Amino acid sequence: MLDSIDMSLVDWSRGQFALTAMFHWIFVPLTLGLSFIVAFMHTIYVRTGDEEWKRITKFWMKLFGINFAIGVATGIILEFEFGTNWSNYSWFVGDIFGAPLAIEGILAFFLESTFIAVMFFGWNKVSKRFHLTASWLTAFGASLSAVWILVANAWMQHPVGTVFNPDMARNEMINFWDVIFSEVAVNKFLHTIGSSFLLASIFVIGVSAYFLLRKKEVLFAKRSTVIASVFGVMAAIGTIATGDTSARIVAREQPMKFAAMEALYEGQTHAPLVAIGAMRTDTTRFPHPREEFIFKIEIPNALSYMVFLTPSGFIPGISDLVYGNEEHNYMSYEERIERGAVAIQTLKELKKAKERGDQVSYEALREKFSDPIWIDQYYQHFGFGYYKGRELRELIPNVKVNFYSFHVMVILGGHFLIFTMLVLWLSLKNRWGNHKWLLWVAMITLPMPWIASQAGWVLAEMGRQPWVVYELMPNITAVTRLKPAAVQITFWIFLLTFTLLFIAEIRIMLSQIKKGPEGE
Amino acid sequence: MTWGRRLWGIILLKLFIMFAILRLFFFPDLLKRDFDSDEERASYVLEQMTNP
Repeated sequence: MLDSIDMSLVDWSRGQFALTAMFHWIFVPLTLGLSFIVAFMHTIYVRTGDEEWKRITKFWMKLFGINFAIGVATGIILEFEFGTNWSNYSWFVGDIFGAPLAIEGILAFFLESTFIAVMFFGWNKVSKRFHLTASWLTAFGASLSAVWILVANAWMQHPVGTVFNPDMARNEMINFWDVIFSEVAVNKFLHTIGSSFLLASIFVIGVSAYFLLRKKEVLFAKRSTVIASVFGVMAAIGTIATGDTSARIVAREQPMKFAAMEALYEGQTHAPLVAIGAMRTDTTRFPHPREEFIFKIEIPNALSYMVFLTPSGFIPGISDLVYGNEEHNYMSYEERIERGAVAIQTLKELKKAKERGDQVSYEALREKFSDPIWIDQYYQHFGFGYYKGRELRELIPNVKVNFYSFHVMVILGGHFLIFTMLVLWLSLKNRWGNHKWLLWVAMITLPMPWIASQAGWVLAEMGRQPWVVYELMPNITAVTRLKPAAVQITFWIFLLTFTLLFIAEIRIMLSQIKKGPEGE
Repeated sequence: MTWGRRLWGIILLKLFIMFAILRLFFFPDLLKRDFDSDEERASYVLEQMTNP
């Protein structure tokens, strides 16, 4: 099946979506995290009446506003792409995406956009308490916006709470709560929000370090640093804890992604965790090239322990998943492809029976799509059916990309925890700012959370390839059959537009940071 | 030009590019544009899914 699909179309469409999503994600985490830090600073000002806290709040609110203004609505382009470049996918998941995004539009965006105006323009115009309430509602509204899109993404990673309607070729929601409170969705939200708080904390610490290095606005910088480091330590601990839970969920629900992020080809008990390593591609290996480590440092038993809390837990490798492992109950991909092909053929026959008015055949085939045993045996493997006659390697995600993105994220996460704890400890002893080199470390660390955050999304999305909806719809089926050249044109338009916007963001941010809070 | 004005300029230009250029000329909702009813859209997607 799908022999005729132009893979350059799939690649350009994926590249275009990745570019848009990654650009959008430059702004979102800072908006999410900084909104809470600003609300907290604003609370201190209202409670103490100290004018210095007002200056502090107004300065960070201004940077929040610049980031919000440049980033706002860039995510809408993703929705354009759903309708144009991913129309089959868009239809297939319509109801699942429709409900969360409608709630986002009506509730969260309304809350955020209404109160953000009060927050910015409310100084001396509304009461202090109402103004403060607007700051908090803006922060909660931003996070609430994130909930719904993360719920939709979690469903794509782990489809639950829905049934497939074969007449309409759509998934329909049967349990809203299963969708929004799935373990994947809850953990994804907590991990994303936690990492966004951490990113914003390190941003505030880094910008404050700039003032301390120049010996300007010392009180402002030190107070900002204390608040940010408290937020940062809490967020770092939360992000690491939810990251750990996330790894366990991935190991259970997406074992191929888990094997790829550790470059584990042969499954084993007492599996070690690769703490750090570098690899090269061995193209001589059958049946497809393998990534071989040039060097690695391992922690014995740690991978098994991380997933099962015991070293004797079996972690399947890529080979176990592709070729099957009867002892540990993993069905081979060949078998899953056969079963998926049966499910696709059943859907095809149902469509034909309906078109020719053969009610008896139609009813019998329709019945299968609501039979739990048939669903378990065949429909669960639906997406695999598209790979009949294609190479098995297409079902394996890019191991190098997954390995490096996972390890970059984890290593940076460890650095952030140590760094924020050190800053908090020195701040509480009133010694933060005494060591110039530490201030330079703070400034060098400033862009790193963006790298970690983007790496996390690369892992989440590249690790589940080739699935757009996990094991049900691959990217080759989801993509709209457009001319690759048309997708290339929009890719370059986006790249140009986004680069200009990014330059504008950096320039305006830097000019306002240089001015400092003196004008506030 | 003050930073506030520059920001408003960027916001308006961005929204213009997004909605007046990209949306209208490059990103139509294909299923909405090409079909009149949900049944027709479903039939088209089913065809794509079963006869790729």
